[in-house]
Amino acid sequence: MLELRRVSKRFVGVVATDDVSLEVRSGEVHALIGPNGAGKTTLISQISGSLPSDRGEIRFDGHDITRARPYERVKLGLARSYQVTSIFKRFTVLDNLALAVQARSGSSFSFWRPVAAEGSLFDEARSVAGEIGLSQKLSSIAATLAHGEQRALEVGLALATRPKLVLLDEPLAGMGPEEAQRMIALIDRVRSRVTVLLVEHDMDAVFRLANRISVLVNGRVIASGAPEAIKADEQVRKAYLGDEVAA
Amino acid sequence: MKRSIAVFIVLLGFPLAMSAIDNLFYVSFASRVIIYAIAATSLNLVLGYGGMISFGHAAFVGAGAYAASICIAEGVASAWLGWPAAIAASALAAWLIGAVSLRTRGVYFIMITLAFAQMAFYLVNSMKAYGGDEGLPLPQRAELGLGLDLGNEVVFYYVVLFFLALSLYGLHRVMQSRFGRVVIAIRENEARAEAIGLPVYRYQLACFVIAGAVAGLAGALLASHGKYVNPNVLHWVQSGTLMIMVILGGVGQLWGGAIGAFVLLGLEHVISDYPLPWLAAVAPNYPQHANLGVGLVMLAVVLFAPHGIAGLLSRRRGA
Amino acid sequence: MSWILILEQSLNGLQFGLMLFLLAAGLTLVFGIMDMINLAHGSLYMLGAFIASTLVQATGSFVAGVLLAIPATAILGMVLEISVLRTLYARDHLSQVLATFALILIINELTRLAWGSDAALPMPQALSGPVELLPGLRYPAYRLVIIAVGVLVAVLLFILVTKTRVGMRVRAGASNREMALAMGVDIKTLFTLVFGAGAALCALAGAMLAPLFAVQVGMGENILILAFVVIVIGGIGSIRGALVGAVLVGIVDTIGRAFLPILFGIFFQPRVASAAGPAIASVLIYLLMAVVLFLRPRGLFPARG
Ligand SMILES: Nc1ncnc2c1ncn2[C@@H]1O[C@H](COP(=O)(O)OP(=O)(O)OP(=O)(O)O)[C@@H](O)[C@H]1O
Ligand SMILES: [Mg+2]
Repeated sequence: MLELRRVSKRFVGVVATDDVSLEVRSGEVHALIGPNGAGKTTLISQISGSLPSDRGEIRFDGHDITRARPYERVKLGLARSYQVTSIFKRFTVLDNLALAVQARSGSSFSFWRPVAAEGSLFDEARSVAGEIGLSQKLSSIAATLAHGEQRALEVGLALATRPKLVLLDEPLAGMGPEEAQRMIALIDRVRSRVTVLLVEHDMDAVFRLANRISVLVNGRVIASGAPEAIKADEQVRKAYLGDEVAA
Repeated sequence: MKRSIAVFIVLLGFPLAMSAIDNLFYVSFASRVIIYAIAATSLNLVLGYGGMISFGHAAFVGAGAYAASICIAEGVASAWLGWPAAIAASALAAWLIGAVSLRTRGVYFIMITLAFAQMAFYLVNSMKAYGGDEGLPLPQRAELGLGLDLGNEVVFYYVVLFFLALSLYGLHRVMQSRFGRVVIAIRENEARAEAIGLPVYRYQLACFVIAGAVAGLAGALLASHGKYVNPNVLHWVQSGTLMIMVILGGVGQLWGGAIGAFVLLGLEHVISDYPLPWLAAVAPNYPQHANLGVGLVMLAVVLFAPHGIAGLLSRRRGA
Repeated sequence: MSWILILEQSLNGLQFGLMLFLLAAGLTLVFGIMDMINLAHGSLYMLGAFIASTLVQATGSFVAGVLLAIPATAILGMVLEISVLRTLYARDHLSQVLATFALILIINELTRLAWGSDAALPMPQALSGPVELLPGLRYPAYRLVIIAVGVLVAVLLFILVTKTRVGMRVRAGASNREMALAMGVDIKTLFTLVFGAGAALCALAGAMLAPLFAVQVGMGENILILAFVVIVIGGIGSIRGALVGAVLVGIVDTIGRAFLPILFGIFFQPRVASAAGPAIASVLIYLLMAVVLFLRPRGLFPARG
């Protein structure tokens, strides 16, 4: 479904991703793990198109998207969520989600007809809100939501575009245990219809959800495979998992 | 909505009252204010709703003013040709300028729009065939037909008032539409807008072109109003003045541009033409320094009313 | 078109560019460090010229008058910074535009009240003649002095910014405000000083250019735009960028005005050439800026990473 071939990105003085090759298969939850600063977010941005790659090739669903604009990738069914929450803070929850639905459903070069008259947009937005557990908060301004709710909306915005593949950058970041469980349950529910590339530091979540895992260290993929194999991998233990898993 | 209608009823009655006291100067002055209100409202679409700080809006007013004036100077006085030509010219200018400028962001966007407007300013300055730096006097106002004589101040007033109403209603409608939601969303969070699948650049450009087109209409009206056009309509200080009107009135508020135009031009006029006896006793020449008062009011608004005058009004209502 | 003429016009361009640099240096630092759009920068240039005209008359000496006008304008600048501009740093660009536009109006009117609409600042007698630089190249002595002063100030400024502790702090502030704060730089005082220095440079430029241009209310507005063009071409926050941008703008503008009409005359019919030549010449620097921004959206020497 998604294939990276020798993708690299260099910032001034830092090689953030270095010759990354990676394959995400249709229907799987593929976890991307690695220490802080490994280049995970950079890679997600390269895949979503918000950062241009210096080298390499990215193919998605039969298309070469290496040079495609971010919105074109979304149109092909590739959406992302952000590690640092990025929502429309002054919109209500419902308007946030309706906007994402609107972006997917036809052109927005419609200047006269009020959006409010488009019932179907809001129906679909409501159903996404239900899925992410925000049905009770539809008319709350996004900025006023609790952190966990904002994180849910963050993921909801990506899901509302009805992607084939969703890139989730640390969806559990900063969440309490209870909120985390809800998020894990959400990912578990959507996996039947959406392929997931999951960046996450929470190993518990990773091993519960992932079909396969890739490990990124210093911008390089040092291992890729089934969770058991990764757990057992000597190199991974040394570089990253350390005693945590050994214990 | 009720308040908007009330305001328009007052505006509709205004010429009648002025005719009754035989003071047509004020009808003409009000027309000028209304034309600026249209121009400022168009800038508010870009600046307030779209979040694009354009420092070159006078270029579009100027493009419209010159296109319409050239039509009249060449003997095509019909507004049905001249005004669409003005709108087309300014929309084209906005498309060209926007297409390049919208590739930059932040301060660079402010400066590149300013640079393009300066280019336009110097270009019209060198159009010797149409008056060059001395400007172009027009033999008459545009002709509307339909039995309406635009040479008549009252008729002209109602025509510009019609266009202001149309602009405000249009802005109101557009902001409720799909397009409007997208424009606001881009202002709020551009990266995220693109990441949910919205081609940001195209929507911004469309917004820029629409605003330019409306500014062009205002330019055409302005040229007809004064029966004269000169390069100063494109000077950067004009762009600045339009920005000031929007900021003063209320950025991203429906009535912001109109209120700003009214306050700024009104203030200028009142200070210079209505000397206060007590102040004149101390400083007899002060009306010649009206800009000092205007500047002080502007400064006070920034420091004490960060959301403009429309912001003050709506807060009062909310309280 | 002789080489002498080209050389002469290049010197004119350099001379104008160096004066633009004086304006742009302060502007780019204010912009770079505080992310502040200050439209009133041109007003300090105007004030400098007016103050110098009064002081030159009062002292009877051009040098003394100009040297006194510099600190006087610097003090006015710092007063302006402390009383109004300081409160604007935290505000958005729109508020800054509105407030500093208001300051232009206010300062213009106050100037008109104090001096009238214009003032005279004649060229010192001793410098009013030409100097023979090369056989056949006689160049106005006063313009040479401007070039010398401009080069001197540019060199001093570079030493100040790159070699001294204060300069390091300013640069740290211009490229990374958080880091400067972390280093314990007292941003408030530092900035008042930077602003004062910017005002001093404005005054120097205003006073030096006064004998060549008219000293009049409104003189700041047009040159302000040129200074903005300069810092945008150079990259906001970069002194080096300001210098390169200023000289580039000065030379392109001057050479363009002098030679484009002639050049057009060679290739086009006289009627076209006499219309298009000056028109293109006057938009040349804006064209330059648009091209630079198109190719390098953050200017030639981006100061921030
Ligand atoms: N815009 C940028 N400019 C310069 N360097 C950057 C930029 N973005 C990231 N980096 C650097 O690239 C490297 C990879 O960063 P990245 O954010 O991709 O790591 P990450 O794996 O997502 O880390 P974390 O787990 O902390 O989120 C880091 O060294 C970072 O400092
Ligand atoms: Mg990250």
